[in-house]
Formats: sequence, C-alpha cells, structure tokens
Amino acid sequence: MAVTQDDRAPAGAAGTDLAAAASPVLPADLPPPATLSPLSAPVVALNDFRGRHPLAALLLQRIGLSVVLLFAVSLLIFLGVEALPGDFAQTYLGQSATPQAVANIRAQLGLDQPAVTRYLSWLGGVLEGDFGKSWASGQSVTSQIAGRLGNTLFLAFFAAIISVPLAVGLGMVAVLYRNRFPDRLINVLSLGAISLPEFFVGYLLILFFGIQLGWVSFPSTVYSGMPFLARLQAVALPVATLVLVVLAHMMRMTRAAILNVMSSPYIETAELKGLGAFRIIARHAAPNALAPIINVVALNLAYLVVGVVVVEVVFVYPGMGQYMVDAVTVRDMPVVQACGLIFAAVYIVLNMIADILGIVANPRLRHPR
Amino acid sequence: MRARDIPLSAWIGMAGIAIVIIAVLFAPLLAPHGEREIVGDIWQPVGGDFLLGTDNLGRDLLSRLIYGARTTVSVALAATVLSFSLGMILSFTAAVVRGWTDQGLSRLNDLLMSIPTLIFALVVLAVLPQKMWILVLVMAVLDSTRVFRLGRAVATDIAVMDFVEAARVRGEGTIWIIFREILPNALSPLLAEFGLRFAFAVLFLSTLSFLGLGIQPPAADWGGMVKDNKDGIIFGVPAALIPGGAIAALAICVNLVVDWLLNRTTSLKGGRG
Repeated sequence: MAVTQDDRAPAGAAGTDLAAAASPVLPADLPPPATLSPLSAPVVALNDFRGRHPLAALLLQRIGLSVVLLFAVSLLIFLGVEALPGDFAQTYLGQSATPQAVANIRAQLGLDQPAVTRYLSWLGGVLEGDFGKSWASGQSVTSQIAGRLGNTLFLAFFAAIISVPLAVGLGMVAVLYRNRFPDRLINVLSLGAISLPEFFVGYLLILFFGIQLGWVSFPSTVYSGMPFLARLQAVALPVATLVLVVLAHMMRMTRAAILNVMSSPYIETAELKGLGAFRIIARHAAPNALAPIINVVALNLAYLVVGVVVVEVVFVYPGMGQYMVDAVTVRDMPVVQACGLIFAAVYIVLNMIADILGIVANPRLRHPR
Repeated sequence: MRARDIPLSAWIGMAGIAIVIIAVLFAPLLAPHGEREIVGDIWQPVGGDFLLGTDNLGRDLLSRLIYGARTTVSVALAATVLSFSLGMILSFTAAVVRGWTDQGLSRLNDLLMSIPTLIFALVVLAVLPQKMWILVLVMAVLDSTRVFRLGRAVATDIAVMDFVEAARVRGEGTIWIIFREILPNALSPLLAEFGLRFAFAVLFLSTLSFLGLGIQPPAADWGGMVKDNKDGIIFGVPAALIPGGAIAALAICVNLVVDWLLNRTTSLKGGRG
C-alpha cells in the first residue's frame, strides 16, 4: 500500500522555513513535517531483511496488513451488535416480555456476560470454524452455511470464468479501435450497463428467457446431489446476470489501464518502428498493463461477491447472500455476523491477492529503490 | 459555451433528469390517482384503463411511480448531501491538519472501505431500528468513505499551494483554510463526483428497498415497487420492470451528464486528468 501522506513532507518543510522567515508569529497549528514512526530494534532487523529480500518483505507486509484488517473487521462486526439500541431480548420477545423471560433469553443467548468475554469466545469459535447457534432456528450456523457457501462459490466461479476473458478481450478491442465506432459503441453500452441495477437485469432475463421462451426454469433451485448439467442449467440465468453486471465495469477499467500504457513513449517508438497495431498492444502494451488489469479483475471479482447477494435474492438461489438477507430481516445476529465476516474476508483476501499479483507482475515494484 | 457544443448524450441525460425533477416537484398534480389508492384489479396490463397498468394490490402504477420518484430521489439526495458534507469536511481536515488526525481518519477510512458497502449496510441495518433517518445516515456514512478518499487526494494537492501557505502565515485558523482556501478550489472535481455518488445512492437505496431493508411500505419507492411486483414475473407480468427501468433510466441519465462534465474538465486541463 502506497504511503501517500509522506509525499508532501519536503514541501511542508519548505513552507515552515518560509513561515519562520516571513513572520515572527509562527502559526501554532502548523504541524511538523510528516515523518515515519520512530524506528525500534525489530524494525532495524526488518530493514535488513527488506534489503536482502525486497519482494518477500513486500508480500509479507501486505499479508500482515490483511490479517490486521481481518481482525479489525471482526471487531467492527461484533461491535455493531453491541451498539444495539435498547435490549435485544426485549425486542426479541416483543409485547410478552416479562422481566423473568427477558433475563432467561439473555442468559440463553449469553448476552449476560461481559462484551470482551463474548468477543473472545466468538472469535475463538470462528477461528475453529464454529460460528455459534442461530437465534432463529437454534441450529449450528456453520452447518447451515457450509452448503450455501459452496452454492455461492459455484455461481461466482462460473460468472468469473466467463466475464474475465470477455472483459479483457473487449477492453483490448476498445483500445484497438479507440475513438472509432466500435470503441464508442462499447463505451455507450457499458455506461448503460453500469447504471443497471442487478435486479432489473435479473428480472429482464427471467421474463425473456425463463417465461417467454421457456428455456430455463425459474426459480433457480439447486439441491445437493443434483446432476452437474442440471445444476449448470439452473445457474445459467444468475450467472448471465452477474456477468452483465460486472462485465461493463471490468472492461472500462481494462480499457483505461491499457490506454494509460499506450500513451507512454516506448509505444510511440514501437509505432514509429512501423509495428502493427495489434502487435503493439499484445507485445508491448499488454505486459505492462498486466498489473493494473489483474488489479481490475480481482477488484471486480470482489464486487462479484456483493452482486451475488442481490442476484441470489432475485433468483431465489439457496446461497449465502439469500441466507444473510433472510437473517437480517429477522435480526438473527449470529447468522448476520457469520455471513458478514465471511463476505468481508473473501473481499479482503481477493483485494490482497490483487495487490500481491500486482506486485509480482510489476518489475518496478519488485526492486524498490 | 454554446448549446450546440453540448453532445447529444448530455442533452438526453439532462432531459431525463428534468423529467424526474418535474415528477418530484409536482407529484400530486401529475399523478392521476393517489399514492395508496386501490383503483382496480391487480396487475392490469399496460395501456388499458391505466397507462402503466396496476400493481400487486391494484394500485395505479404510474401514480406510484411518480410518488416513488419523490421518495427515492429525496432520500438519495439527502444521503448524498450528507455524505458529501461529512466526507469533505473530514477529508479537508485530514489534509490540512495532517499528523495523527490524518493518520487516524485515513486508517479508519481504510477499515470501513475494506468491507463491501452492501454487506456493511446489511450488518448495520440488522441491528438498527427501521427508521427513515437511520437509513439516510447509514447510507451517508458508508458513502462518505468514497468521498473522503477523493477529497483527501484533491485537498492534499491544494494544501501545499502557495496561497494556502500565505493564509497560514496570515494567521488564519484551520476552519478558514478549509472553507475559504481549499473548498472553492476543490469544488469542480468534486461536483462531477457528486453526480456519480447520487446515481450510486439511487441504486443503493433501491437495492436495499428491494431486499426489504430500505424504505418501508406503504410509502412508494422504486426499489420497493420492484419487490412488491416481483412475483408477477412468474406469470409474465412485467410490472416489476417498470420501476426497475425508471431506476436504470435515472442512473443512466446522471451518468451521461457526469461523463460529459468529466470530459469537459479533462479537456480543459489539456487532456490529462
């Protein structure tokens, strides 16, 4: 992660001199030039390691950041429940809340223990793969999530393997014909597609392919033990919706990333050498645009994880997103926490992979000066 | 700038936005029926007695669409204005004060942005009571993280300029520097962003309402109308697609105008944003 706030240190320092010279009254709120936090002994050893293995150090740093982020997110999600206005047990019981019943519920859900104890036991359970018991059904959250997570990943996987090559290919076509008709057409269509809500695309597809043509069945029910081909047919429409939703965004970002590279001097050199347009893009521009494109792809895969929530509700698909929305409606907190944490973790890990691949793919980041 | 310099796409966008604004302002005059008035059979087809047909309870869809524009646009607008105020004030403060304030705010922002917005909203809305102002607040806080990121980048560039230094030397306080030095110069890049965030807020609010966690019935709003009518899809009734299309059309129109604004400002800077 780039440390941008230190970029301005020289300018700030110069400003301080200017202020001191120009005015005897130094403004009190002028901060000292930004510096890194003071070094300690482990940091020196770390710097040594960094000198010898710059890539490994960078990757370790990035992974460490993700771990810290995951813990912070788990705390945030847990605190969200703590911030519950009023007493949950009171709301849970509604009108029939007698003091004794409220106390019973609180003891039953473990709400009578201090927050720190509950956080630690919850986190300990999560690390062992135990997300507690659902308040609504009393069943183990983990066992309910397991199958649904598989369904969701199945959906997201197929959306990804279709949308990624398509987006990168279309992005290259747009660059090849930039500012000409194919590029403009792709541009206008993708601008439109970005603005379409997932549910609109979903219902449009259902109405057309599901009802009018009758090609696929709706709702997209899948069950365990379903034959692979039947399952594939069931997810066809949800996958198509996800692809349409993510494709435009991914393609526009790919186009921007390649165009950014295309404006560099070595591309001009290649053009002046008389190389063909496609060869320039494929051999000269694409390798240098690899890092930003990988980044775009991973970011959009992360977005896929979110899009999946709405798409699952539209298609009544038994995945994590549907489960989470149902749990939110009935305020089944352990389920909400578990789903929220899993979604956030997938998102954070995908972002981390994006950064790591970006670092590995970019020789300039591999040898930091 | 003359009218014919504006591209056709921007004209279409502005026309669409104008139609929505008229619907929002004059909803009671334009709507043929009441917002919650049951006027006929359920799911009557488009173009019969009712221009856009009726919904799942037999309410006039056109009237609900017009009243829904009111709710959707005003809530989205309120959330966007709030998120901009919050994001801009905090990001400018971070850029001007720097030091630990900046570090603290930036890292908190990173943390909030590390969770997908929708997932975060679901977790928070599961806990908080379902009230309109809470919805606006949640949307605003989540969206302000994006404003913060942009605002801080813009403001750090401005904060090192000579005129800001001059203001510091004059002895102006932080508040003055934020509102009188930074804000006027950061306004134009943030204006285009405002359009984008508004379009996003409309989509986000509609998504939440569609999931049943946004605006609560019987108030009409576009996302909720899709939810109300979604069961009709199985019977081939396209009623859910009409409010869905309205959401898409509004978002597209805003994007068209923003796209033109962005192109215009980048070409003013010599093509390099």
